[in-house]
Amino acid sequence: MSRLSVRKTYKLYIGGAFPRSESGRSYPVTSAKGDFLANASLASRKDARDAVVAARKAFAGWSGATPYNRGQILYRVAEMLEGRRAQFADELGGGKRAALERVDAAIDRLVWYAGWSDKIAALHGAANPVAGPYFNLSTPEPTGVVAIVAPADPLLGLVSVVAPVIVTGNTCVVVASEPAPLPSITLAEVLATSDLPGGVVNILTGRQAELAPWLSAHMDVNGLDLTGVADPDLALSCEQAAAENLKRVARPVEEDWSADPGIARMTRFLETKTVWHPIGV
Amino acid sequence: MTTSLTDVASSDAALRAFLHGLPGVDRVGADQRAAMLGTRSIKTTAKAQAIDLAISMVDLTTLEGADTAGKVRAMCAKAVRPGGGAPSVAAVCVYPDLVAVAAEALAGTPVKIASVATAFPSGRSTLDVKIAETERAVADGAHEIDMVIDRGAFLSGRYKKVYDEITAVKAACGDAHLKVILETGELATYDNVRRASWLAMLAGADFIKTSTGKVSPAATPSVTLIMLEAVRDFRAATGRQIGVKPAGGIRTTKDAIKNLVLVNETAGDDWLTPEWFRLGASSLLNDLLMQREKLATGRYAGPDYFTLD
Repeated sequence: MSRLSVRKTYKLYIGGAFPRSESGRSYPVTSAKGDFLANASLASRKDARDAVVAARKAFAGWSGATPYNRGQILYRVAEMLEGRRAQFADELGGGKRAALERVDAAIDRLVWYAGWSDKIAALHGAANPVAGPYFNLSTPEPTGVVAIVAPADPLLGLVSVVAPVIVTGNTCVVVASEPAPLPSITLAEVLATSDLPGGVVNILTGRQAELAPWLSAHMDVNGLDLTGVADPDLALSCEQAAAENLKRVARPVEEDWSADPGIARMTRFLETKTVWHPIGV
Repeated sequence: MTTSLTDVASSDAALRAFLHGLPGVDRVGADQRAAMLGTRSIKTTAKAQAIDLAISMVDLTTLEGADTAGKVRAMCAKAVRPGGGAPSVAAVCVYPDLVAVAAEALAGTPVKIASVATAFPSGRSTLDVKIAETERAVADGAHEIDMVIDRGAFLSGRYKKVYDEITAVKAACGDAHLKVILETGELATYDNVRRASWLAMLAGADFIKTSTGKVSPAATPSVTLIMLEAVRDFRAATGRQIGVKPAGGIRTTKDAIKNLVLVNETAGDDWLTPEWFRLGASSLLNDLLMQREKLATGRYAGPDYFTLD
C-alpha cells in the first residue's frame, strides 16, 4: 500500500520556534542540477526585526552563562549533528562520500570551537603589568547581537560563521545561503534540540539584498558579519549603514572552509573590558 | 431611559435589578470583534499620526514599591519632553506619597498628575482611610484620582456598597477627575465588566479604567471594547460623556494603535483625544518613541538609545 508522502515544511527559526514568514511568502529551492527540492520561507524585514528582538532577549542569559556551559552546549550540538549525518549528507546532495565528508567537517568544526569556549579568555585576555599596586585584568566580553550573512556553503560555511560568534557569548541573526537554505533549517532543528537557549541563534531564509540592509541599519544590532555577501555594492552599503551605531563589521571574504579556521572569527566580535583592582583590599 | 436612571441607585435591589437587566455580553462575539479590529493595518503617515496621538494619551506610570522621588522626577522630565520632538504625554501616574514630588517637577507644564488612591491596588481598607488618602492626594496637587472598586463587594452582589464608596471618593476628589479602576482581571466575566462599568458611571466616575496593572490579564482588547461600548451607551442614555483608560499589558506600539482603532470604531472619534481616552503604561512610551524614530530615520531603533526607566 502506498503511503501519503509527508514532506517537511521549511520555516524560519526565531526565538527557538519555527514560525512561517510574517509575510506569508516562500520561494522554490532547486538542486544544483535544477530539480525542485522544496519551498523555503522568504523572510521579510519584519521577520528580521523579530529575530533581533529574540536575539536581544536571549543575550543576557547566554552571555551570562559560564563559558564551560556554552562549550558543553556546543559539544551537544555536534553530538546531535553526528546523529543526523546521513540526513545532512542527503540534503547537501552531490556525491555521497563528498557530502559525508562535508558533514563530518562541520561536526569537527563545532567541536573545535566548543573547546575554545573557556580558553579564549586566556589567550585573548591578559593580566597587565601596571606601575602601581593594582591587578589590571583585561577580559574579552561578547559584543551583543551579531547579524550574519552566511556564505554559500550551506552547512560547513554556516557552522563556521555561527559557532565562533556564539561560543564567546554573542547571540546572532543569520541570513542563510540564498540558493541553498534547506540545510540551515535542518541545522536549526539540531540547535533546537541541543539545549541551546531559544533566540541565541535565529535563522532567516530569503534574499540577502532584502534582509541585509535592514539588519545593517538596525540600531539594536552590535556586530555585522558580511562574509556571505556576494554583491560588493550591497556589502559597501551595508557597511556604511552599520557605521551609524558603530557596529563591528566583518567584510566579505572568499574563504576556504576546510582550512584551519584560526581564532580571528571569535575575536572579531569580542570587546575587551579592563578592570583595575587594588591589591590587598 | 434618563428618567429611570435617577433612582436606580436607591437601594441594593434597585441597582441589582438595573445592572442585571443590562443585556449580556456575547463573549465569543466580543472576542472576535476585538480581534478583527486588531487586524487593521495602519501605515506610514497615518501611523505617524497615530503614534503621536498615542503618546499624547499616555498616562506615564510608575507604581512600584521601589519608587523614589528621584525616579518620579526623572519620569516627569520625560513626560514633558519624551524626546525627538514628540508631544508631551497626558499625565503621570504615581502613588499618593509621591504626588507632591511630581507636582513640583511638573509645575507650569500641561502634564497632569494622576494619583492612585483608596488602598491601591487591592482596595482593602476602610472607607475613611480611602477618603483621607484621596483628600491628601488632591491637596498635594493631584488633578486626577485613580480609585479601585471593592471587587469583593461587587462579586458578592453588594452593589450599593461599591456605589456608595465611589460617590464618597468622588465627593472627596473635589475638582479632581475621578478614574474608577474596575480590575477586570478579577471580575471573572464580561457581563460583570459591563455591569461594573455602568455602576461606576452611575456613581459619578469621570473615567473608567480597566486594571491596576498588578493582576493578569489586564487590559485585553475585548475588555476595552466592552467598556467603550458602555461609555457610548451611557452617553446615549444620559448625555454625559465618560472617558476610558485601558491600563496594564499595553507594551507595544501595535497594542496602542489597536486600542485607538477600538476607540474609533466603538465609541467614535469624540473619544479620540487625551481628554477622553488614556493609555496607562510605563514601557509603552519607549516603544512608541522607538517606532517614531524608525519612521523618521528609516532604520529600526534600539533600546540603547532611549532612557531606562
